[in-house]
Amino acid sequence: MPESSLEIKDTSCSSSRYRMSSLRQYSQSSVLPLPMTRNPYNMPTISAFCTEDNVSECISYINREVSSLGFPLLCTESNNGPELNLVDVLNNVYNLLQLHRRCLQTVEDIEVEQVKSNSNMDYLQLSNTRLKDQLELSKRENTGLLERERQLQLKVKSLHNCLKNEKEEVQKLQSIIASRATQYNHDMKRKEREFGKLKERLNQLLIDKKDKKQTFEVLNYVGRSDGKRSLWKTGKTEARHEGEMYKTLLNDYDSRHKDLLMENAELKKVLQQMKRDMVTILSPRKHSQSGEKHDDSLEQTSSEEDEVCDSSRESLELSCEHAREQLTNSIRQQWRRLKSHVERLDSQASLVGERANMNAIPKEVHEQEMDRLKLEIQQYKDFIHTQQQLLQQQLNSPCDDETASLLNDCYMQEEKERLKEDWKSFEEKRKNFEAERRNFTEAAIRLSHERKAFEEDRATWLKHQFLNLTPFGDQMKPQMSKSQSALSGWAESKVRPVSTPAKLNKSLSHTAFSTSRASPAKTPSTADLYRTHRLIPEKSPSTIHPKQDSSILRNGDIPAQLRHVNGGANC
Amino acid sequence: CGIHFLVPFPRSVPRHSPATCVQYRLVVRDVNTLQILHLYTCLDQIVHMEWSSDSLFILCAMYKRGLVQVWSLEQPDWYCKIDEGSIGLVSSRWSPDGRHILNTTEFHLRVTVWSLCTKAVSYIKYPKACQKGIDFSRDGCYMALAERRDCRDYVSVFVCDDWHLLRHFETETQDLAGVEWSPNGCVLAVWDSCLEYKVLLYSLDGRLLSTFSAYEWSLGIKSLAWSPSSQFLAIGSYDGKVRILNHITWKKVTEFDHPATINNTKAVVYKEVERKPVVGSADLSIQHHITMGSTLFNTQSKYEICPLPVQVPVVKPDLDRANPKVGVSSMAFSSDNRYLATKNDNMACVVWVWDMQRLGLLAVLEQTSAVRCFQWDPRRPRLALCTGNAKLYLWSPAGCVSVQVPAEGGFQVQSVTWHCSGDSLILLGKEQLCLCYMEVGEEEEEEDDDVK
Repeated sequence: MPESSLEIKDTSCSSSRYRMSSLRQYSQSSVLPLPMTRNPYNMPTISAFCTEDNVSECISYINREVSSLGFPLLCTESNNGPELNLVDVLNNVYNLLQLHRRCLQTVEDIEVEQVKSNSNMDYLQLSNTRLKDQLELSKRENTGLLERERQLQLKVKSLHNCLKNEKEEVQKLQSIIASRATQYNHDMKRKEREFGKLKERLNQLLIDKKDKKQTFEVLNYVGRSDGKRSLWKTGKTEARHEGEMYKTLLNDYDSRHKDLLMENAELKKVLQQMKRDMVTILSPRKHSQSGEKHDDSLEQTSSEEDEVCDSSRESLELSCEHAREQLTNSIRQQWRRLKSHVERLDSQASLVGERANMNAIPKEVHEQEMDRLKLEIQQYKDFIHTQQQLLQQQLNSPCDDETASLLNDCYMQEEKERLKEDWKSFEEKRKNFEAERRNFTEAAIRLSHERKAFEEDRATWLKHQFLNLTPFGDQMKPQMSKSQSALSGWAESKVRPVSTPAKLNKSLSHTAFSTSRASPAKTPSTADLYRTHRLIPEKSPSTIHPKQDSSILRNGDIPAQLRHVNGGANC
Repeated sequence: CGIHFLVPFPRSVPRHSPATCVQYRLVVRDVNTLQILHLYTCLDQIVHMEWSSDSLFILCAMYKRGLVQVWSLEQPDWYCKIDEGSIGLVSSRWSPDGRHILNTTEFHLRVTVWSLCTKAVSYIKYPKACQKGIDFSRDGCYMALAERRDCRDYVSVFVCDDWHLLRHFETETQDLAGVEWSPNGCVLAVWDSCLEYKVLLYSLDGRLLSTFSAYEWSLGIKSLAWSPSSQFLAIGSYDGKVRILNHITWKKVTEFDHPATINNTKAVVYKEVERKPVVGSADLSIQHHITMGSTLFNTQSKYEICPLPVQVPVVKPDLDRANPKVGVSSMAFSSDNRYLATKNDNMACVVWVWDMQRLGLLAVLEQTSAVRCFQWDPRRPRLALCTGNAKLYLWSPAGCVSVQVPAEGGFQVQSVTWHCSGDSLILLGKEQLCLCYMEVGEEEEEEDDDVK
C-alpha cells in the first residue's frame, strides 16, 4: 500500500499542488470566508470546513481528492450510507502527512536553493561591476598606449627622414670629397710628372755640363711703337708711374662718382614726383571722409606740401643725411597712408559687393538694364541692316540718266572742283604773265626808242669827235664813258631780249646765232626774268648791285648774265 | 698636297690679314683677296704664332727647340731669333706695345722679357703655372703676373713701359688659378682653383676691394668674364650656374641657371634641324655614290623655334675623373654689353644667350652636335658659333641662321674668329681656312683657301 501510494503520490505531486491550490480556490470561492486560524506551519486551517450538515459532501469531496492522489478511499459507499473506513482514513492521514512532510522538505530545499542562487547573483553582480570597471580602465589604458604608439611612430618617421637627409648629405659630402680627391690626385700626378721632368733635366744638365746659353740675334733694333726713346729707370720714372696709376684710378672713380650722382639725382626726382603724386591722390579723397579726419588730413597735407616745398628748396642739400632721411620717411608715410586708404577702399568695395549680393533688387535692376541695352543694340543693328539694304538697293537699282550722271559726277565732284581751282589759278597766272609780257614789250619798245636815241646821240657825238679833235674832248669824256657803257649795254641789251619771243624778229639780224638756238622758243621762267631784272638777288660770284633802272646795265653783272643766258641757250 | 699634320697647329688671326703656318712655313695673306703677301721659313715646326699689336711683326715660337723667330712685314729681310738655350721654352707672347717678347721657360722657372728696341733683358722670377697666369690690361699699360713662392700666391703688377714693378701683394687664395684685368684697367680679378670657390677683386694699386665666394667644398669656378663696360663680372662655376657681380658693391646681382627643362616664356628656343637628303635605294651607281657622299657631308639644316617647355639633352658626366665635363666653361659678353652667351659643359650642344638689361634668358640655341667655339662680333650684337661640321651659325636679336660653308670634302669648322671690323670671319678647320665676308644686311660667302 505505501509503495503504490508513493508511486501514485509522485505522479500526482503536481496534481496535488494543483488540487491544493484548487482546494484553496474552492474553499475561497465556493465557501464563504470561513474563520481561519494559524498553526505553526503558518498554514491556514479551516475549522469550519466540515459541519454536521455537510458530512457526506465533505466525505465525497475528500474521497474524490484522495482518489485523485492515489490513496485508498476514505469510505466506501454502502447501503447504509457512507461508511468511514478508519484504517483507510488513518492511512490516508498518514499518507497526507508524509506528503506534507515531503513537500515541506522540498520547500526547504527550494528555499535553500533560492538563497544560494540569490547570493550567487549578488556575487555575480558584484563581480560584473568590478569587471566592467576593470574593462573601462583597461580600455583607457589601451587608448593611452595607442596614442603613445602613434606619437612614437611619428617620431620614428621624422627620425627616418632626418636619417635619410643626413645620409644624403653624407653622400653628397662623400661625392664632393671624392671629386676633390680625384682633383688632388690629378694635380699631384701632374706635379709629380713635372717634378720628374725637372729631375731628369737637372740630371741631364749636370751630366752634360755644357749649358747652352741664351742667345739673342737681331738684324737691328727696332724703334718703339710710339716712336719715343726709352727712358732709364729712375726714381722719377717710378714716381711718374705711381702718379699715372693713381690718375687712372682717380679718373675711374670720378666717372663712376659722376654716374652715381646722376643716378641718385634721377632717383630722388622720381621719389619726389612719387611723393607729390601720392599727396595729390590722397588729398581730394580725404574730403569725402569724416570731419576730424578731414582736419587731420588737411593739416597733414599742408605739412606735406610744406615738406615738398622744403625739399624742393633743399634739393641742393639733399646729399646731406638729414634731408635724405626726411624724404624717405615722408615717402614711407605717404605710402602707408595710401596703403591704408586702398585697404579701406577695398573693404568698402567688398562690403558693397556683399550688400549687393544680399539684396536681390540691384541685381534685378542690373539685369533689366542689361536687357534694355541688348534691345537697343538689336534695334540699332536692325536699323543699320535696313540702311544697308536701302543703300544696296539704291546702288543696284537702275536709276535714270540724270541721277546716274549725277551720281557718277559726285565722285568726280571733288576732283572737278580742284581742277576748277587749279584752272583759276592758272588763269590768274596766265593773266599775270600776259601783263608781264606786255610790260616787257613796252619796255622793249621803250628800249628800242632809247636805243634809237642813243644811236643818234652816238652818231652826233662821233660826228662831234671827228669834227672836234680839240681840247673840247674833255667835256665829252663823261659822255664817252656813258656812251661806252651804253655801247656795251646796248650790245648786251641786244642779246638779252632775244629770249623774249616778242623781240625775236627785231633782233634777228644782229643775233642770228642766239636766235637759232632760241628757236625752240623757250619762254624764260619767271625767276629768270626776275633775275635779269634783278628783282631777286643773284647767286653769282659777281657782286650784287642794288636795284636800278633796267635800261642801264653795269659791266660787272653782264658777264654772269651773259654766261647764264648763253648757258641756258646752249643746253 | 699630301702633307699630313701630326700636330694641329694654331693659327692666330690678327687685325688685318690672316697668317697661316704650315709646319715650318709662315704664309701671310691679304684679307680681302687671300693673295700671298709674304712667305717665311722658320727653323723648326711652328707651335705658336702671334701678331704684334701694331701688326708689323709676327712671332713664331718653336717650343721643342726653344726658339722664337720674329718676322717683320715691312722689311722682309729683317730677322730676329731668340734661343732660350737649355732653359727651355714653354710659352711665348708679345707685350702690348709690340716690341717686347715674354718667354716663359720650362718648368716656369722664370719669364724672360726680351726687348726688340734695346739690349735690355728683364727676368721675372717665380711665375705661376696656372690657367691664366699673365694678363695685360686693355690699354696695354699694365701687366699682372701670378707668382708662387713659399707655398703662397702673389700677384705682381708691372708697368709695361719699362717693366717696372709697380705693386707686389699676396693674395688670399689657396691655389691661384688666374688673373684678369677689367676692361677699364682699374680692377684685377683673381680667382682660386676649382677646389675652392673664391674670387678676389683688387684695385690697381693693390688694395683688396672685395671677396666673393658662393659656396664651399663643391668644385668652384670654371670660367670668368668681364663685361666690356666693366660693370659686370660673370663667374661660371661647376654647379652649372653663372653668377653676376656688379662693380659698385661687388655683390651678386643675379644668378643664371642652366636647367634641363626650359620653361621661361620670354626665351626663344632655336633647335637646329637637319634635312637629310633622301637617298633613293634604286640608283646607286658609283658616280651617284660619290656625289651623294659630298651631299651627305653637306646636309642642309635650319633652325626651328620650339614651343616651350623644352627638354635640353643632358650628358651625365663621369664624376670620377678630374676636371669633369660639368659646369659653365665658356662665357662671352657682346661688345655692347647687352648680351651674354654661355655654354654649360653637360649640355654641350646648347648655347644660352642672356639679356643683360633684363637679366633673364633671351634665347637658347640647340645644335645637333657639341658647340666647339662661339664668338661675338666686335661691332654688333651678333654671335657666330661652330660645332665641328661644315656650317656656320649666326645669332642676332633678329633671328638665327645656319649658313652652309661652300667647301668640298669634309670641311669641319673647328673655330671661328671675327675680324676686328666685324665685316669678316675666319673659319678654321683642321687643314683648311675659310674666310666669310659679311655684307651689310646680307651675308656672302667667299670660297676658302686650301692650306696645303
